[in-house]
Amino acid sequence: MQAQTRLNLSLLHQDQALFSPHLFLVTLVITPTRTILFNYSLSQKRTLYLKNLAFSSKLQFSARENIERKRRRTRGTKMAFRAMISSRATQQSKWVPSAGVARQMSSWFGHVEPAAKDPILGVTEAFLADPSPDKVNVGVGAYRDDNGKPVVLECVREAERRIAGNLNMEYLPMGGSSHMIEESLKLAYGEDSDFIKDKRIAAVQALSGTGACRLFADFQKRFLPDSQIYIPVPTWANHHNIWRDARVPQNTFRYYHAETKGLDFSSLMEDIKNAPNGSFFLLHACAHNPTGVDPSEEQWREISHLFKSKNHFPLFDMAYQGFASGDPERDAKAIRIFLDDGHLIGCAQSFAKNMGLYGQRAGCLSILCDNEMEAVAVKSQLQQLGRPMYSNPPVHGALIVSTILGDPELKKLWLQEVKGMADRIIGMRTTLRENLEKLGSPLSWEHITNQIGMFCYSGMSPEQVDRLTNEYHIYMTRNGRISMAGVTTGNVGYLANAIHEVTK
Amino acid sequence: MASLAFSSTSASPVALRGRPNKLAIGVAQSGACHVSARGSDRKARLFITRAVAVEKKVSRFEDVAMAPPDPILGVSEAFRACTNESKLNLGVGAYRTEDLQPYVLNVVKKAEKLMLEKGENKEYLPIEGLAAFNKATAELLLGADNHSIQSQRVATVQGLSGTGSLRLAAAFINRYCPNSKVLISSPTWGNHKNIFNDAGVPWSEYRYYDPKTVGLDFEGMIADIKAAPSGSFILLHGCAHNPTGIDPTPEQWTKIADVLEEKGHTPFFDVAYQGFASGSLDEDAFSVRLFVERGFEVFVAQSYSKNLGLYSERIGAINVICSSSDVANRVKSQLKRLARPMYSNPPVHGARIVANVVGDPNLFSEWKAEMEEMAGRIKNVRKRLYDNLSQKDKSGKDWSFILRQIGMFSYTGLNTSQSENMTNKWHVYMTKDGRISLAGLSLAKCDYLADAIIDSYHNVN
Repeated sequence: MQAQTRLNLSLLHQDQALFSPHLFLVTLVITPTRTILFNYSLSQKRTLYLKNLAFSSKLQFSARENIERKRRRTRGTKMAFRAMISSRATQQSKWVPSAGVARQMSSWFGHVEPAAKDPILGVTEAFLADPSPDKVNVGVGAYRDDNGKPVVLECVREAERRIAGNLNMEYLPMGGSSHMIEESLKLAYGEDSDFIKDKRIAAVQALSGTGACRLFADFQKRFLPDSQIYIPVPTWANHHNIWRDARVPQNTFRYYHAETKGLDFSSLMEDIKNAPNGSFFLLHACAHNPTGVDPSEEQWREISHLFKSKNHFPLFDMAYQGFASGDPERDAKAIRIFLDDGHLIGCAQSFAKNMGLYGQRAGCLSILCDNEMEAVAVKSQLQQLGRPMYSNPPVHGALIVSTILGDPELKKLWLQEVKGMADRIIGMRTTLRENLEKLGSPLSWEHITNQIGMFCYSGMSPEQVDRLTNEYHIYMTRNGRISMAGVTTGNVGYLANAIHEVTK
Repeated sequence: MASLAFSSTSASPVALRGRPNKLAIGVAQSGACHVSARGSDRKARLFITRAVAVEKKVSRFEDVAMAPPDPILGVSEAFRACTNESKLNLGVGAYRTEDLQPYVLNVVKKAEKLMLEKGENKEYLPIEGLAAFNKATAELLLGADNHSIQSQRVATVQGLSGTGSLRLAAAFINRYCPNSKVLISSPTWGNHKNIFNDAGVPWSEYRYYDPKTVGLDFEGMIADIKAAPSGSFILLHGCAHNPTGIDPTPEQWTKIADVLEEKGHTPFFDVAYQGFASGSLDEDAFSVRLFVERGFEVFVAQSYSKNLGLYSERIGAINVICSSSDVANRVKSQLKRLARPMYSNPPVHGARIVANVVGDPNLFSEWKAEMEEMAGRIKNVRKRLYDNLSQKDKSGKDWSFILRQIGMFSYTGLNTSQSENMTNKWHVYMTKDGRISLAGLSLAKCDYLADAIIDSYHNVN
């Protein structure tokens, strides 16, 4: 029983498909007086039976007693109401529940298993709980400065000063802030993009990258119910959650080459070719998460060409525009190549990293359509999907984005700051690699500087990662992904040493 | 299925092959004239490109139909388009001052100023949201010394205002109580049905509004709840029912609790107006606290859109009061697991505002005062409207239901054509079910509105 009900949710690791077959194993059929339980122990059944007995407690009492219980209950309620109105403090202490009233009903949710810790956010939780002074957090992908502190960009602070107290907080339209959407599209598709001028892009403000992907997945489910999504191996763990909860079947395509710690280009092309015509592909526009391995410009052209002949649909997840190379235009290169080749694309943008707006949940989902009318229809349907999820998106982050991108001075400042962040990371990559080579590590570490963006796929095994955590208090996800944003001049030496120790 | 795009420079359309379901005449691509036909006849794809280097792809989403306009937002749009001077927008579900301007609470401005000075970072919140907010919101709802909070039986997860919190709960019900359905009042807020539909939770309605009395159909409500299969979830409005404004009395709440207990149903509260209905946070929480005291397991979705005026910040919470702290922990972990693939973690700004306001005794008292003011204005407007109607209407019709109803909305009892007359003749914009938002009414306009209502009621079918 124990093995069956307490399902081993630690199997659900970051890069494996995070489906939940376990949900179907524990079934519960509830009838008014009796509960039929599968996969429960005898003692558990007994406890729940007794609870059920209390639930049908009326049967325990005579008719007269039941009337009395009811009278006491009602009186208690009236007293409570009066007490509550007169004083908040007295309501609880004075009223003592009479027998049978405050009995616990058997819980409807007794069968709910505890969810496994999120593999990525769970790392930070464990890190915070660690008392060691040497601890290093290279788990979650949030940027840190060289002192290991979170950063709020100057342009963001200035934008906040400008918007504080000026505007009311009325609901945004369902599609979100039109100003923010406009600026986001210019960033992704190009300042002078014809598609924007021709109003061919259906775009809505979304809850950062996650929300944008989820909206697209729900849209795919509703309007192309026979379609599947092809997801690279490996990918950000939450991608699997998103398409699973949207009930869109998933497939994978090969991406990462473990031996070279680079791109497995031939397998990638083969999988694209073998997928049935008109499939949906999730592509990381730049700074692939978690590997940091991106196709070269030439490789992107070949991928685009193959996509054309197979008539596949590309959905770009762009969470790191500007953050990868330091130049937003350069980081959007893949998207521009596809657009030039005439593809109709989808794009999920996030401002969590490149503007440091993590907790504000600012993002945008766009779909390039055939024409303006279609774009209007598609946008209306995207809004329709958002309405029963959150009605309309949060305003604060959107205001910050549109204020920054809409003001030339602030935008210039932002570009400088984002380049600064990217440069620091590139510098840390170089330093980490140099340190490892100086320590005389027999392995090749050139992939650290070959890869790009916030993350480095170190190639370490889960066991090696566990050693890093247990012995050196270094926290990262078990797939060996290091968040370079968490590496500082202060800890790079310690980190290099520890990695060397567990890999030599 | 075909689409047709005319170029500004092309001369004539090209004949279509295949069955054209829909002709989409869209903005032409500069320099290109293309006709594409797709659908069942995939081979009959006909591309004609003129003077363009690349072949334009046919959209995957050709068949996507236009979604219908939102019934509530459409009202505001029509209002904006109207040029008549005496126009009145009573569709909006957002509070307006006596001057009919949007209102940002003073405590909110102060809290934001504090936050700007503190200069806190913008890191991701945990999936369940800001801890200080979660604590504050549960205590506000149940009372800090409530037994369920003391014994840690409350699972609280910050959600995207009322909608997001309802959606999380609905997704949870779909996953963990797959054989259960939800009963919603007839009528109810329009988005409730969308939420349960999209979450895949079956629903049915229980009678609520009695058009004859313009009041609560209590017998019908009890009967329908009794008739529902055991273990259903009953969606109840904590206070200030939307759209009718009709709330059960305390005695009626007790009887409702009796029926739920008898049938083993679970109460599911939507609390969007705590403090906004009567002016008192505790009084408005009476119904929820009653059920919790009775020992039920309860779902409660909260929103701070109206009572703190934080509409667009999307701040609210889903609370599940469970029978034990162990169950509460597990339920919370699964709510988080549902939230992660929806939006990863909730927005921080609104949560910080609430936490700051509730956490500071001065700001908290000030907030209570401001809330009383807002609720007071609405009560005054109701009184004035009732007075005007009683004086002007010589027919002897009883308009006192306006005084008995509570909260932002009032069901006037006008039918569809009468509501349309309100709009067409009197330029009073409201929803077709006869609902008016008193938040959009000023004392100065009560007179005019009374005339409009009397005219529509008596002179239109």
